[in-house]
Amino acid sequence: MAKNAFNGNKDWPKMWRSPEPREFYDAIIIGGGGHGLGTAYYLAKEHGLKNIAVIEKGWLGGGNTGRNTTIIRSNYLWDDSAHLYEHSLKLWENLSSDLNYNVMFSQRGVMNLAHNEHDIKEIKRRISANNLNGIDSLWLSKEEIQKKVPIMNTDNLRYPVLGASYQPRGGTARHDAIAWGFAMRADEMGVDIIQNCEALQIKTKNGKIEGVETSKGFIRANKVGVVASGHSSVLAETAGIRLPLQSKPLQALVSEPIKPIIDTVVMSSAVHAYVSQSDKGELVIGAGTDSYNSFTQRGGFDIIEETIRAMVELYPVFGKMKMLRQWGGIVDICPDASPIISKSDIEGLFFNCGWGTGGFKATPGSANVFAHTIAKNEPHQINAAFSLERFVSGKLVDEHGAAAVAH
Amino acid sequence: MLIIECPYCGRRDQSEFSNGGEAHVKRPDGSSEISDREWSEYVFVRSNTKGIFYERWVHSHGCRKWFNCVRDTSTDEILKTYRIDDTRPKLKDFKNLVDTPSGEPELGSGNFTVKK
Repeated sequence: MAKNAFNGNKDWPKMWRSPEPREFYDAIIIGGGGHGLGTAYYLAKEHGLKNIAVIEKGWLGGGNTGRNTTIIRSNYLWDDSAHLYEHSLKLWENLSSDLNYNVMFSQRGVMNLAHNEHDIKEIKRRISANNLNGIDSLWLSKEEIQKKVPIMNTDNLRYPVLGASYQPRGGTARHDAIAWGFAMRADEMGVDIIQNCEALQIKTKNGKIEGVETSKGFIRANKVGVVASGHSSVLAETAGIRLPLQSKPLQALVSEPIKPIIDTVVMSSAVHAYVSQSDKGELVIGAGTDSYNSFTQRGGFDIIEETIRAMVELYPVFGKMKMLRQWGGIVDICPDASPIISKSDIEGLFFNCGWGTGGFKATPGSANVFAHTIAKNEPHQINAAFSLERFVSGKLVDEHGAAAVAH
Repeated sequence: MLIIECPYCGRRDQSEFSNGGEAHVKRPDGSSEISDREWSEYVFVRSNTKGIFYERWVHSHGCRKWFNCVRDTSTDEILKTYRIDDTRPKLKDFKNLVDTPSGEPELGSGNFTVKK
């Protein structure tokens, strides 16, 4: 380490190769975030595909994987979503040993606050639905919340805290680690991870996939999986497919580091503030989405103002804290606030997108079932409900209630 | 945060307005004959353009009138606002700053992972 410190950290071994793209791949994954790298990992590990590439226009995990608030939970209302997110949570629980890389998964519990009579009914209904699906979820009274989070102001505010749902198995994980862990292990199995390679056009012929035109030339492929979050619909457009997605900036911010003060994750959809404390001591605060479509990765100040207002009301002790950084990520939102993990009308072209404001928690589960979908050409039973067909049949999975960010 | 020029009231803060999504979307004719797929297209699918985008706003906390707007979604710059009965400005009247489908403009993007 001392040697490396003296020569400018130039000689550390690389965590993955950076090969030039080959002419042909069995499968190309567009998007080198957690979901994309995970898909490549599970394709190689569970489905025996060897000739795979992940192409990424920036650097690995530089999009929403590195921009979210790392909250993990599975307390969704409907069976289809509960199964999907619970599948993911179960994978999270063994991911560090599976990847032999510490993803710093910390099951510190996740609380969703109720601020009015309607919230209470809605949340209690969700708890019962969760329990029927075998998901740990319980009701906390105001007194129990006060015991867990003594710094919370439960009474003296416009929307008092009346109770909460609590999922003890929920928590947080390290956002970069999931991208790096998947990338290292996929790379070891021969997956080509190609950074600084922008997908320009998805080429198709007679309803079949041909390949991807990239900034490093044309690459042929039998199968292409688009996992490009906010830009998925823009890429789909190049293949003549219109996806029911709208892209908006979602913001988050972190404070200066402080001593341990909050040892769980507290979310409130009603007043819109959610917070956890990172291992470095920073408060990680999630804000909302802008009301208009945008790809600017910044977001409006009024959104931060609204979140900070709620934060200071809920935790008066944070009132004098300084915020260190603020950023935005472009999230793609479906009309029913549920994702799309689906085949498309074009043979060999697959989409994993529409994760909206809550994709991080689903990273391993989404990657796992998407790899199955690509390898077998048909959905895993867990993601069958999340096909593009649902917007024609009308069988939507309406998760506006369980999604953290109201939209 | 945007400053939006309402065609009726002039320049105002964005907090007075609500966004109404894509503009110039036409409800399909013959609702009893068209297929589920065509309905789906109208009900659920909207353009999600990166670049020059036609959208609707309503001056909710002002004159409460709807109007249309041309905005560059890669920079959030508002290029033009116009009344609903005005003719739709042509795409070629505006300069598209994004060269590739998912490219970034030189100014106005917060995406530093791909900025040159």
